[in-house]
Amino acid sequence: MRWSAILKRLALIPPTLLGVGAIVFVLLRVVPGDPIAMMIPPGASPADITRLRALYGLDQPLLSQFITWLGQVAVGDFGRSISLRQQVFELVGARLPATLELAALSVSMALLMGVAVALVGSLLRGTRAEWLLDTANGVFLAIPDFLWALILLLGFGVLLPLLPISGRLDPQLAVAFRTHFYLIESLLTLRLDVAADLLRHMLLPSLALALPFAALVARLLKAQLAEAEDQDYAQIARTRGFSRTTILQREVFPNALIPTVALSGVQVTLLLGGTVLVERIFSYEGIGNMAIDAVINRDFPLIQGLILTFAVLFIALNLAVDLLVALLDPRLRHG
Amino acid sequence: MTAILEIDNLHVAIGAATVLRGVSLRVEAGEVRGLVGESGAGKSMVGRTIFGLLPAKARITAGRVSFEGRDLLAMPDKARRDLLGRRIALIPQDPMTSLNPVRRIGTQMAAVLQLHLKLSKSAAHDRAAELLAEVAIRDPVRVLNLYPHELSGGMRQRVLIAMAFACDPSLVIADEPTTALDVTVQRQVLQLVERMRQRHGAAILFVTHDLGVVAKICRSMTVLHAGRVLEDGLTADVLVKPHHAYTRALLAATPRADRPADALKPVPPALIESLWAEARRLDQLAAGRPA
Repeated sequence: MRWSAILKRLALIPPTLLGVGAIVFVLLRVVPGDPIAMMIPPGASPADITRLRALYGLDQPLLSQFITWLGQVAVGDFGRSISLRQQVFELVGARLPATLELAALSVSMALLMGVAVALVGSLLRGTRAEWLLDTANGVFLAIPDFLWALILLLGFGVLLPLLPISGRLDPQLAVAFRTHFYLIESLLTLRLDVAADLLRHMLLPSLALALPFAALVARLLKAQLAEAEDQDYAQIARTRGFSRTTILQREVFPNALIPTVALSGVQVTLLLGGTVLVERIFSYEGIGNMAIDAVINRDFPLIQGLILTFAVLFIALNLAVDLLVALLDPRLRHG
Repeated sequence: MTAILEIDNLHVAIGAATVLRGVSLRVEAGEVRGLVGESGAGKSMVGRTIFGLLPAKARITAGRVSFEGRDLLAMPDKARRDLLGRRIALIPQDPMTSLNPVRRIGTQMAAVLQLHLKLSKSAAHDRAAELLAEVAIRDPVRVLNLYPHELSGGMRQRVLIAMAFACDPSLVIADEPTTALDVTVQRQVLQLVERMRQRHGAAILFVTHDLGVVAKICRSMTVLHAGRVLEDGLTADVLVKPHHAYTRALLAATPRADRPADALKPVPPALIESLWAEARRLDQLAAGRPA
């Protein structure tokens, strides 16, 4: 991709976010449910309710509410959470790193597993074992992440209690973190015991997110490997005396990787969406879990802040995937 | 003369279909032999057998292929891989799809030299630049750093020709190397192949459907139809006095500068049908059933 193409993509980000913001803002206020109703004690007088509504600006017309919010967001003020009574920016900032670490671990595990399965499947081509592998892969693909979460919870948390099933860190490990990237920080400061405990807490939720994604990567990559192996350049490499492993490594894999990254890269956004339920199931303190509470409490400012955060993540991810594909494919690099 | 390549009574079947029905041919050291036939005659199957690239369901049911006196079909995979690319090389048909799109020209060329000649990376790149200069590519050092899509079809074919001759092979199999190119480029490529052959002293098995090409560059020729050799001899003799009716028909169907265009005649369908009937009869005989 050329710089001009990248700049064009970057220029599209503000209007995209504006659109997302407008839709969320309007939808929240059109569907039934009112944050004030969720927070008032029973028996509050209508006058109290009116005062509270005025306090949060909910008595204003929709358009002027929206413009006020936009003006605040433009200067980095995402408002105060109604239910948690803290700044949205700080709340999200404290929780987002937990989700990013979880997602990064999931994607890494999924890539390792997916690539391994695809390579093994390619070597087994035409055998009965290949059929078995494909069938198993189909099962892994068909079971959604939240169901994996429940299966893993039951298997390794309850029946065979090997791993913790809730939270991010053992509360007995009193650690003062400077950032909210606990795993990265503990690795960088060589607190390996803390890192190990964090990983133990992350293993089941990240596995739940990783398994269907790994199956997707495996299926895509395996199909692409088969296709690349049939290409002339791969066949011709055989006429030059290269071994099958060398050909797989130099001719087939780099070419199969390009469509696999392009197709599975955008699916990482689905994995991020999956964190909402999976974090909930494992009481993992990320933004997904927070989003569910925010919705239950009709916490408008927090929901808006979280959705915008997800939107930024999705946009960044798509851009990153496109850049990565361009990096892998010289034909796109020269545009 | 000594034979570099000797194919003897080669039979190949894919599934239930027979594709080669006892092909025999010899390529002498340093000669250019044309292997001529229409689509489906089995020309590429001969090349694929030599390179071990037959499709998954194909079987060699009979015959011998010996290269420099060694049985290619019987030798272990590793020994054959040592010959391929070094002693036997391929000029592929389609330059647009025959280079890896994500690797630089220099890397792809150097890989062959590193594999077979055990050159260091930098020595291999230097040698690759020399080879590109040999095939008349200007500014070879710059071209080494390019990706295939940055070169025209003619340039890519030159790169592939340079790669084929890189390790001074004794046999080059050219699989319709001009079919995918413009007519103007075809001529240059033919001249280039001939120049490289003389320089590196290789024999060439030139697979083509174009009798014009054969007349220009081949010393001897083999005519293939339905997986059978119908005619074999020196090009000069075959073109002047073809023995087989099919060869005569092919010649009548080939445009020539010294004949008016309306003198062209298609190969008679009845002839084709009788040839196929013969081939089927051979198959039945081979299967031990009465014709």
